[in-house]
Amino acid sequence: MNPIPPAEAEVHPSLGSTTLAILWKDLSAELRSRELLSAMLVFALLVILIFNFALDLKPAIRREVTSGVLWATFAFAGTLGLNRSMATEKDRGCLDGLLLAPVDRSAIYFGKALGNLAFMLVIEAIVLPVYSVLYNVNLFNLGLMMIILMGSVGYVAVGTLLSTMSVQTRTRDMLLPILLFPLVIPILIAAVKASAGFLDASPWRDIAPWFNLLLVYDVIFVAIAFMVFDYVVEE
Amino acid sequence: MEPKKPALKFLDIASAVLIAIATGLVFFYAPMEAVMGNVQRVFYFHVAHAWVGLLGFMVAAVAGVLYLRTGDLKWDVVEVAAVEVSLVFFFVAIVTGSIWARPAWNAWWTWDPRLTTAAILELVYAAYLMLRAGIEDPERRARFGAVYVLLGFLSVPMTFLSIRLLRTIHPVVIGGGGSGAEGQFDMSPKMLHTLLFSVFTFSVYFVDVLWHRVRLGNLMQKVEQLRLKVVR
Amino acid sequence: MIQVKKLVKRFGPKVVLRGLDFQVARGEFVALLGPNGAGKTTFLRILTSLSRPTLGQVTISGYALPAQASAVRRRLGVVSHQPLLYGDLTAEENLRFYARMYGVRNLEARIEQVLEMVGLASRRRDLVRTFSRGMQQRLAIGRAVLHDPDVMLFDEPHTGLDQDACAMLDDVLRNVAARGRTVVMTSHDLARIGDLASRFDVLSGGKIVASASRDEIGPDALLRFYRQSIVEKPAARELTI
Repeated sequence: MNPIPPAEAEVHPSLGSTTLAILWKDLSAELRSRELLSAMLVFALLVILIFNFALDLKPAIRREVTSGVLWATFAFAGTLGLNRSMATEKDRGCLDGLLLAPVDRSAIYFGKALGNLAFMLVIEAIVLPVYSVLYNVNLFNLGLMMIILMGSVGYVAVGTLLSTMSVQTRTRDMLLPILLFPLVIPILIAAVKASAGFLDASPWRDIAPWFNLLLVYDVIFVAIAFMVFDYVVEE
Repeated sequence: MEPKKPALKFLDIASAVLIAIATGLVFFYAPMEAVMGNVQRVFYFHVAHAWVGLLGFMVAAVAGVLYLRTGDLKWDVVEVAAVEVSLVFFFVAIVTGSIWARPAWNAWWTWDPRLTTAAILELVYAAYLMLRAGIEDPERRARFGAVYVLLGFLSVPMTFLSIRLLRTIHPVVIGGGGSGAEGQFDMSPKMLHTLLFSVFTFSVYFVDVLWHRVRLGNLMQKVEQLRLKVVR
Repeated sequence: MIQVKKLVKRFGPKVVLRGLDFQVARGEFVALLGPNGAGKTTFLRILTSLSRPTLGQVTISGYALPAQASAVRRRLGVVSHQPLLYGDLTAEENLRFYARMYGVRNLEARIEQVLEMVGLASRRRDLVRTFSRGMQQRLAIGRAVLHDPDVMLFDEPHTGLDQDACAMLDDVLRNVAARGRTVVMTSHDLARIGDLASRFDVLSGGKIVASASRDEIGPDALLRFYRQSIVEKPAARELTI
């Protein structure tokens, strides 16, 4: 066996580069196994199927409930992804590996959150056209896309923080939706209303309050999660 | 076991006396409301309980922030105490609200902003208690609890706002200037006295109960310490 | 290199470490022995900066914990009984990820060297999920030395390995020690650790109750030394700090 050669002089890794390293790691692992995305996708389609029977999505009522069904689907499928993404860190002790690195703890938060956001957006990008085809509704609407992005940002900002907490408890996966849903109600209400507004081509003044609410929520919760993440991982 | 502090004993007695007086005021001093009749009398305690519930919610959030800043577990004891006490007060507020809503709105429950927010607040507290129950290490339990209380404190007002944007039928009795909501009524001076006295009474009672719960929390910690000593 | 003074760690009312003193000089290889529940893992987690001391001072390479945790982390290499690797990434990708986390320059060349050192160069493109426990543990050591740390901490690295894998791991460990690194390692396996370490410290009841160099103990007497140090110090089991 060869002796260990000395490493080149190190530089202090920046917040951006370590965040991207974590994001890259999550994406390439997922690209290979596709475990998380396939589970989220199948689950999302099942939720839509259940709504189909539960609400009897006739053309007459479909119009009003579409945005509600979509957001309920995203919220349920989202917890699956959030749980799984954190469980892979916890199960093999990788969370400790991340914490041992001389990186800002916010890099861990942002890296994980961006990965979770990417997974959410992929699922949404698949669910939307599928829903359009199944129910013959046109969902290709720039306003709707923007609301979906904003809603997902807030959802993932809180979800990533809470999944980091829930994964460190005894009850684990079970706990995440219980912790998450009461806190994301403002997002769900605002996103459902704003999405419905865009789908009905309502005037901007009807949509604006919901848009603003989403924006405020996103800003507050990204900031607060950034501030408290240390307390959730540091012992 | 350390004895109760004199101030706490005083608060016990004061709360009992005040509650007795407040009850008297509600039934014999406040006039009967013209439209709804006697059932309106539940309103005084309803508002008082809801107020105290909110107060507890705020105390919990402040204690949570103080814990995160200082790392002193005494703030954690205060936080749990405030959450537990406020959980019960809010529940009473919801029940008394229902009793009032039945004749006023002709339904036990409506999805109005305050009711819904109160219900969601109860769910946040329930989630908070479940989170704590799942963690063994007292320091981690305290940190996670504080973070969650803080998140709830930021999200619940936004929940209220978002539901309010949807539409409200809850009467705005104080400073509402006749919004025309169903069940609206004007308060006579005697009604206002009774309301203010009830709010004061239950604020005192809240401090009393909170103090008891904090004391209980401290005693529980002591028991745990003694137990470990025996086990070793 | 490592200085620990009057370290106390409490989990709520439970006191795990009670005023522990511990020193390691540069280049020493210290084996930390002790019965289960003595606080070895807790102590090591504090040294790795993953857990904060309740009271007391911890200094590594001249930097204090937890105040200068980031500086300490850059100089630490940690191997625990869990490999801290991602199963869905290849050996190479795992190392590349951690190299980026540590800001290692000249990363590809470094990964090459490390893979060579732990004898996994031929499996570099295989998923870590497909690796045996022994191979994972060797890669874990590779991960820990990527940034050329001054101090290496090993928590039960032999757990779950077969004889061959243990022997290979020992080679890597000797190699690490030969480069003048400071090493602290916990272990149950007295026979194994006997010819690796240069000093043996016994942790019992939350304190270091005995410490001796390999020369002082002499060959084959390690087990006797270990048993004596635990039996002779009943005071350490009392509750008072």
